[in-house]
Amino acid sequence: MPVMTMVQAINDALRLEMRRDDRVVVLGEDVGLNGGVFRCTEGLFQEFGGDRVLDTPLAESGIIGTAIGMALYGLVPVPEIQFSDFIYPAFDQIVSEAAKLRYRSGAEFTVPMTIRTPVGGGIRGGHYHSQSPETYFTHTPGLKVVVPSSPSDAKGLLLASIRDPDPVLFLEPKAIYRAPKEEVAEGDFTVPLGKARIVRGGRDVTLIAWGAMVDRCQKAAEQCAQEDLDCEVIDVRTLVPLDEATILESVKKTGRVVIVYEAPRTSGFGGEISAILAEKVIEYLEAPIVRVTGFDTPFPYTLESVYLPEPGRIREAVQQVARF
Amino acid sequence: MNPELVQVIAENGAPSTHRPPQVAEKALLELYRVMVLTRMLDDRAILLQRQGRIGFYVPSTGQEGSHVGAAFALGERDWVYPSYRDPGVALLRGVPLVELLHQCYGTAQDNTRGRQMPVHYSFRKANLVSISSPIATQIVQAAGTAMAMKIRKEPNVALTFFGDGATSANDFHTGMNFAGVFAAPCIFVCENNGWAISVPLEGQTASPTIAAKAEAYGMPGVRVDGNDVLAVYSATKQAVERARAGHGPTLIEAVTFRMGPHSSSDDPKRYRDPALCEAWRKKDPIERFRHHLERRELLTPRRDAEIRAACQAEIDAAILEAEKAGPPAVGTLFDDVFSERTPQLVEQCDALRDALRRGVVSQGHQGAFPL
Repeated sequence: MPVMTMVQAINDALRLEMRRDDRVVVLGEDVGLNGGVFRCTEGLFQEFGGDRVLDTPLAESGIIGTAIGMALYGLVPVPEIQFSDFIYPAFDQIVSEAAKLRYRSGAEFTVPMTIRTPVGGGIRGGHYHSQSPETYFTHTPGLKVVVPSSPSDAKGLLLASIRDPDPVLFLEPKAIYRAPKEEVAEGDFTVPLGKARIVRGGRDVTLIAWGAMVDRCQKAAEQCAQEDLDCEVIDVRTLVPLDEATILESVKKTGRVVIVYEAPRTSGFGGEISAILAEKVIEYLEAPIVRVTGFDTPFPYTLESVYLPEPGRIREAVQQVARF
Repeated sequence: MNPELVQVIAENGAPSTHRPPQVAEKALLELYRVMVLTRMLDDRAILLQRQGRIGFYVPSTGQEGSHVGAAFALGERDWVYPSYRDPGVALLRGVPLVELLHQCYGTAQDNTRGRQMPVHYSFRKANLVSISSPIATQIVQAAGTAMAMKIRKEPNVALTFFGDGATSANDFHTGMNFAGVFAAPCIFVCENNGWAISVPLEGQTASPTIAAKAEAYGMPGVRVDGNDVLAVYSATKQAVERARAGHGPTLIEAVTFRMGPHSSSDDPKRYRDPALCEAWRKKDPIERFRHHLERRELLTPRRDAEIRAACQAEIDAAILEAEKAGPPAVGTLFDDVFSERTPQLVEQCDALRDALRRGVVSQGHQGAFPL
């Protein structure tokens, strides 16, 4: 199996699906000749031409709005928003239109569209190239929200998203775009939406994360193992639909939970997971649920490394719930 | 910068500056019938709302010439993205009246399953895309559909309707710009009715006309008398032919007037002089077209009365049917959020069913929209 970065895996998935299905079109800013600012669409324009790889004017509501119009007509658009920090001009088209068209038309009009956009910090991008906006979208019925944490998952989840009949917001953690690399199967495979992944089995504490935080949780788990604390790490993978069953089963076993996300703490998606645990398995809990998160501040530039949940903070939270 | 106002029929029904388009007699009468049906539905629906039988209504009175006239230039395979003030488009494209009434009542037979406020129609079989309340969102989508038509090399066009207020929204700019850049076969029809709820046109734009805005996007801008159905049809037909031939989009400004309130919840006396309405009443698009047809001896007062009686009967029957239908089943609340229910939706549906069974939740009357 070839070893790939997440960027290469995404590029591989796009090329594969565009070869397989001529309804698939890619559109966005600089996705054509330039191959995307992160090179995720590298070579697609050369292979598929300007009718299927469209460099658009610089307007996010236009990228998503026209992609919706294409999807309604029978194409399968994969629009790219260059940074998720710039997605807000398209918020109305995503939330009021894409997410609601199936419902409001009695399923006569549907939007099989996958919006790809980089998220998260760790690349010294300041406010506007670092945020994690997933919660704005998980609060919108009708929209699926997917966050891969590894190159192989990125390929399988992206192929599943493009083939999904519903609009999907595919959030790509740019901090892990180019490292780590891993083996990615050649050819066609999908990772189903709505299934979490147990990255590491363990019996003492459940660590729940998605995207770039999964890797940090693994590192923290390795450190904790040296102290004889056995952590189970769950990669949520798709926030919507959420695989509650896998999470609940793990927590029933460990009774101790740390939820890690890099978005601001208040109203973050980890709060939702915490509420589900409180509603459904509180009798199994041996300690209060602890969240390790970004802070309720705008995303900083110079102090980025202390803003993001560090393995040290995660490790301390694990010790806290284990000792409780 | 300031295109002339295209007119085929003068206000008194006499010929005007532009020659009438070639249209078969039968088609002209069908056009007239749909305009009359649209107006009569409006009159009746407002009463239904006042009687508390439907929750809300958006009248289109005064704008039948602009929206029905423009839609008349489309073929079956073309797509249309209406605003919420264009019910005649659905009727013209062959949607049975009773389906509109089912939507207004939000019944079990409503094809959109009672999920939107009245007049937010959606008819796949007529290529009439689900209507939204947020202003101007459909403009960009129409541009996208037109881009898809071009990508697929299909000779179809997308046409979208919006009001003068929508031209202030970012999606107007964005949609026009994308259609211009990609030379998409898209026709933008602005029904400039002078008012965005209470704000007059001069509060929306400092442009001399809406049509003038086309120049900035590299497309032709045409300004027509929106109360002259044949002028609107002619201008749209030209734009459609241009788009089909691969020459890209057109902006059409149909200058018209909203005779009624913005919606059943609005009182225009708060913001505009009723005398203005009186002046526009003389330009009524249906009366004007009737005079035109009578002059050409295509319509007699007797035939007109027959058409109106048939429309009345159709409306009466449709209301009876809609009022018999009853609301959608509670379970449908959870359908069509996604292609399949998520585990969360299954759980919530089960909990609601259980609450209903135990009588904790009652399926109450919908009531009227209060604002």
